[in-house]
Amino acid sequence: MTSSTDYTYKMKHLRRIIERIVESILTVSGAITSIAILLIVVFLFKEGFGLFSSPSVEKGYVLCVNADNTIEHLNPYQIKKIFDSEIENWKELGGADEAIALFRFEEIFNHYSDEELGEEYSLLPEKLGEVIAQNIGIIAFVPEKYAPKDINGVKILPIESITLSDFFGGKEWMPTSTPSPQLGVLPLILGTLLVSIFAIIIALPLGLGVAIYLSELADERTRKILKPAIELLAGIPSVVYGFFGLVVLVPIVQKTFDLAVGETALTGSIILAIMALPTIITVAEDAMRNTPRAMREASLALGATHWQTIYKVVVPYAASGISAAVVLGIGRAIGETMAVLMVTGNAAVMPHSLFEPVRTIPATIAAELGEAPSGGAHYQALFMLGCILFLITLIISITAEVISKRQPNKGL
Amino acid sequence: MSRKVSQHIAFITFRLLGSLVVGILFWILGFIIYKGISVISWDFLTTAPTDGMMSGGIFPAIVGTLCLVIGSIIFAFPLGVMSAIYTNEYAGNGWIVKFIRVMTNNLSGIPSIVFGLFGMALFVNTLGFGDSILAASLTLGLLILPLVIRTTEEALKAIPNSFRTGSLALGASKLQTIRKVVLPMAFPNIITGLILSLGRVSGETAPILFTVAAYFLPKLPNSIFDQVMALPYHLYVVATSGTDVGASRPIAYGTALVLIAIVLLINLLATFLRRYFGKKVKTN
Repeated sequence: MTSSTDYTYKMKHLRRIIERIVESILTVSGAITSIAILLIVVFLFKEGFGLFSSPSVEKGYVLCVNADNTIEHLNPYQIKKIFDSEIENWKELGGADEAIALFRFEEIFNHYSDEELGEEYSLLPEKLGEVIAQNIGIIAFVPEKYAPKDINGVKILPIESITLSDFFGGKEWMPTSTPSPQLGVLPLILGTLLVSIFAIIIALPLGLGVAIYLSELADERTRKILKPAIELLAGIPSVVYGFFGLVVLVPIVQKTFDLAVGETALTGSIILAIMALPTIITVAEDAMRNTPRAMREASLALGATHWQTIYKVVVPYAASGISAAVVLGIGRAIGETMAVLMVTGNAAVMPHSLFEPVRTIPATIAAELGEAPSGGAHYQALFMLGCILFLITLIISITAEVISKRQPNKGL
Repeated sequence: MSRKVSQHIAFITFRLLGSLVVGILFWILGFIIYKGISVISWDFLTTAPTDGMMSGGIFPAIVGTLCLVIGSIIFAFPLGVMSAIYTNEYAGNGWIVKFIRVMTNNLSGIPSIVFGLFGMALFVNTLGFGDSILAASLTLGLLILPLVIRTTEEALKAIPNSFRTGSLALGASKLQTIRKVVLPMAFPNIITGLILSLGRVSGETAPILFTVAAYFLPKLPNSIFDQVMALPYHLYVVATSGTDVGASRPIAYGTALVLIAIVLLINLLATFLRRYFGKKVKTN
């Protein structure tokens, strides 16, 4: 008798323990998404911010100038201009009026024979120093190992890190350029904005029209066809959109506008518009369906036509939902990778018109990460692009949430 | 009269826009099916690519995609369902739930390429999985986690509270209520959500670019640490990097058709299940 009550007591106790265990497992898994986001932030930003402590010239190399040169530091853009011979005089950089003489490391072998450079090139730094000390306009790009340190007449420019303004203000994206990689994201950011905003300009009237049709005009049978069609449109993988764009839209755009290439910002915008349509339609339709019946009926009772009711009552009432649809659509467009990668031509230059190839942030990451050596400035810059993308979408989803929560104006 | 006219014009426009959207869908589907159908054959589906992907089939890519789908579901499904049960049944309405919900929302808005970057940094490099099925499955699992959580939450919310209170009033514990009452009723909708996320995983390209995808690997994987080919990446590669377009285009059309067919089938299956279970629950 006592053993049986003891048994039930134990069972109850056990059951309570199990409940506790399950509850704590559930709590942990509930927290997983939050942990995941934190992890994403940590890893993106850890890799990304390494960029700003990377040297602005190629790793393991230094720039040397004549000691009498008044220039104290050069930014990546200036270095590139010098080595592209676009800047030919030091006075353009605020120095003395002296022609710039480029000296590449290999040239030392034209000046000195192998014997003169000594065993295992031990005398090389010294000889380099001699060359540099002789020419006041010289700038030399040499491996750190052979840098002419502590030699009279030579000034080694301090190794500087890439700065925020180099990155965010730079107008050139040439991550493999030597001696100084050009990591300016301005063309990529502008390319992304151009393609996405134009996509929304195309998609908004279309999507809004379809949303109005679905919520106000269509009968049940048409809705039953349209709704799944839109769901399906959302379900098609982006790489298929990209492929379709590549084989169908690109030739059409090229022929219609008589362009040299069909892979342009416009082509990307059209594909993105199609891809953003389902988001815009669904969110906007939901917002319009939420318009209280009483408001519609009041408007109709006052003698307004159905159409007047739609654009004077329903659309204004749903305005915040529609804005949320636009914001979410832009978010979808900004983050889209594969389709854009396949149809925009991927020229990382400052965009001037819709009819030229451009390159977006996601497309850049997708195209270049495979080739960027892990841990280098290029790799870190791509992670920094990921951070930018992450922040943009974070802002967008918060904005959309705030907008759609805003109470519609009851006094309409 | 002019009010009537403008209404007429507006409504005709909307009708046209509606048909335009359906038209676009049929244009895309029709084009891919028309071009791809002649490529599809038993050999195309069951042999490996040859000649640097200029001929042969796509069997390894199909198997690879299957591996990724299964792998990511194993990771995301239990976690997502448990997480949704926690937020919906246990957590009440405190700031923790609000925080988790905001995070889930944000997670679903993050572009897939960012998941790719993250997966590469954490799973491939830091944890040392290398380019592998495991790394990509975890990355993709994270990508669909918000989708699984949201659909499960909606399924749980759809169950009237009276069922829960009824069960509790009969003396069942909370866990028993969830196991015996809530989950069986929510099951059909949870499954539908799961199937929809399958569709999402099978089409994603950007997250697998740097976590698993092999350019050309005409053999099947032996372990979860192997690289695989995958359908979406295969389509991307064949469509963009072929030098001989005449030879590679048909393969691209075929791959696109297989990919679309998978997505279509998954969608159909989800719709079918929703209807089937919907009826069953009602008759009960």
